Amino acid sequence: MKILVCISKTPETTAKISFSSDSTQLDTDGLQYIMNPYDEWYALVRALELKEKHTGTVTVINVGPAANDSIIRKGLAIGADDAVRIDAEPSSSLFVAKQIAAYAKDNAFDIILLGKESIDYNGSLIGGMVAELMDLPYISYATSLELEGNVATLNREIEGGTEVCEVSTPFVVSAAKGMAEQRIPNMRGIMMAKKKPLNVVAADGSDNLEVVSAYNEVPKDRSIKYIDADNMKELVRLLHEEAKVI
Amino acid sequence: MVLVFAESPDGKIKKASFEAVTYGKKIASLLGCDCAALIIGQADGSDQLGLYGADKVIQVSNTILDNFDSQTYTATIAQVANNIGAQTIVVGHSSTGRSLVGRLAAKLEAAVISGAKTVPTNDGGFKVAKNVFSGKAIAEFTLNTPMKVISLMGNSIQPEEIGSTVAIEQMDVQVNPGRVTVRERKTVSGTVPLPEAELVVSAGRGMGGPEKWQIIDDLANSLGATTACSRPVADTGWRPHHEHVGQTGVAIRPNLYIAIGISGAIQHLAGVSSSKTIVVINKDAEAPFFKNADYGIVADLFDVVPKLTEAIKEYNSINA
Ligand SMILES: Cc1cc2nc3c(=O)[nH]c(=O)nc-3n(C[C@H](O)[C@H](O)[C@H](O)COP(=O)(O)OP(=O)(O)OC[C@H]3O[C@@H](n4cnc5c(N)ncnc54)[C@H](O)[C@@H]3O)c2cc1C
Repeated sequence: MKILVCISKTPETTAKISFSSDSTQLDTDGLQYIMNPYDEWYALVRALELKEKHTGTVTVINVGPAANDSIIRKGLAIGADDAVRIDAEPSSSLFVAKQIAAYAKDNAFDIILLGKESIDYNGSLIGGMVAELMDLPYISYATSLELEGNVATLNREIEGGTEVCEVSTPFVVSAAKGMAEQRIPNMRGIMMAKKKPLNVVAADGSDNLEVVSAYNEVPKDRSIKYIDADNMKELVRLLHEEAKVI
Repeated sequence: MVLVFAESPDGKIKKASFEAVTYGKKIASLLGCDCAALIIGQADGSDQLGLYGADKVIQVSNTILDNFDSQTYTATIAQVANNIGAQTIVVGHSSTGRSLVGRLAAKLEAAVISGAKTVPTNDGGFKVAKNVFSGKAIAEFTLNTPMKVISLMGNSIQPEEIGSTVAIEQMDVQVNPGRVTVRERKTVSGTVPLPEAELVVSAGRGMGGPEKWQIIDDLANSLGATTACSRPVADTGWRPHHEHVGQTGVAIRPNLYIAIGISGAIQHLAGVSSSKTIVVINKDAEAPFFKNADYGIVADLFDVVPKLTEAIKEYNSINA
């Protein structure tokens, strides 16, 4: 079983997001980065569990500059066997997907796993794009993935419930909560990660299909009104007459 | 031409699809073209699509498409787009739409924005905004190619009756059988799924345990609201995972969000702060959530929640 896990780098979850004075750039001063939690906690850990059960290898791949190596090493410390970094500033989603697809095409992976979205641009795009570029089935927002031979049974999130589906390898799947539990790398893993291969591959092409032209603050026009606990009738009145939500 | 895929899971057009059609019509007006809606298979309610803005409704019926597979659906939508010369494709940012939006963009080499929440403008480029950083900021994207794919975040605009009834045209497409087999769809009936809910009642660790959730359910029932929870509540199994809202859970933007016994951590706020009106119930006056609320009640939740339920019931009986 050969598994590829796509990982991305995102600001950590408590980061305050601010912009340059002309609002066209993200202010990255002092930003701390982590591996995108969906990639780390669910996609990577499930890949490792599948490997442990069915034998095989787990490769992590990232499209990004050398500064991403620390996050890639973390993937190795958690348990991936080797890593690939496609050396490029990720521009559009399709650019990133093309790099991943180009690498994956030559390496016959059985399963390509990634998180359901990245917590920066919340695109949820790469999985579907990689699948389309490689002519593979794609299952999004999967909360479980069990393998029997080369047939996988997956649960995926749908509005108000779950869909159960079946697909044969190879396929692409995006992982949501429920797929696995976070693993904290131990000392041995961290030491071993230093010796595992991290191959740097040149990128191919570039594009600017879509670009962020401006950032805006989320409007914070809330001013709070306190209501006495013994006067819920007043709250209901306000919700009806003032907020007009009931 | 703008093409909107009006999805009909379980054979019925959803409200989100009417939103998407109204949205598509607004883009068509902006670009000076028509808006077509595509339905696949059975789609009860499709006679309304014209009313909400479709100039044309196209139906594709093919037994292969009875089973949802992102690959066969992408092939179908792309062919229809090609047949009618559509350059902008709109889908809902639903479980179905999220499976399609990336595929479509890759297939058509299109510029893409997923989870869009504003009607595009066309001044110095085709510009659309979406929430980024899980709701901590808004980014305006400029889509630089004639071919564009957009998934529309639910509840971003309301369906508007801006058109009139149109006849449904049948169209044939060539589609190979898919490789994904759907075995079962399990949905909780009777409640509105979280991402689509207009009213949400959410509770956190302040509940102290799963035993007392009845008061939350009672409040939600009195409002016809959907229930949600904070992450630790789902992690410890007090509530099912699909109720977890926030940065690493479901991002929602209901009209009303009532947060009960939730402190208001930044990761929680990220997923709920786009709610129109926020009510916070917490016994700690210093809880950070009060800084992000429209209405606050500093009190013990076990005391105040039943009182709120009573007040809602009274309101319902008067307004019934
Ligand atoms: C990477 C990462 C991602 C995360 N993602 C999410 C996410 O998506 N969603 C999320 O929710 N969290 C997320 N978290 C966790 C988040 O940081 C908080 O820990 C969590 O939101 C706290 O949940 P809570 O408010 O229910 O509990 P607490 O913070 O423990 O708050 C409980 C609140 O209840 C109040 N209370 C207690 N008893 C009563 C009573 N009797 N009456 C009234 N009020 C009472 C208390 O005053 C307190 O304010 C994430 C954390 C990390 C590190």
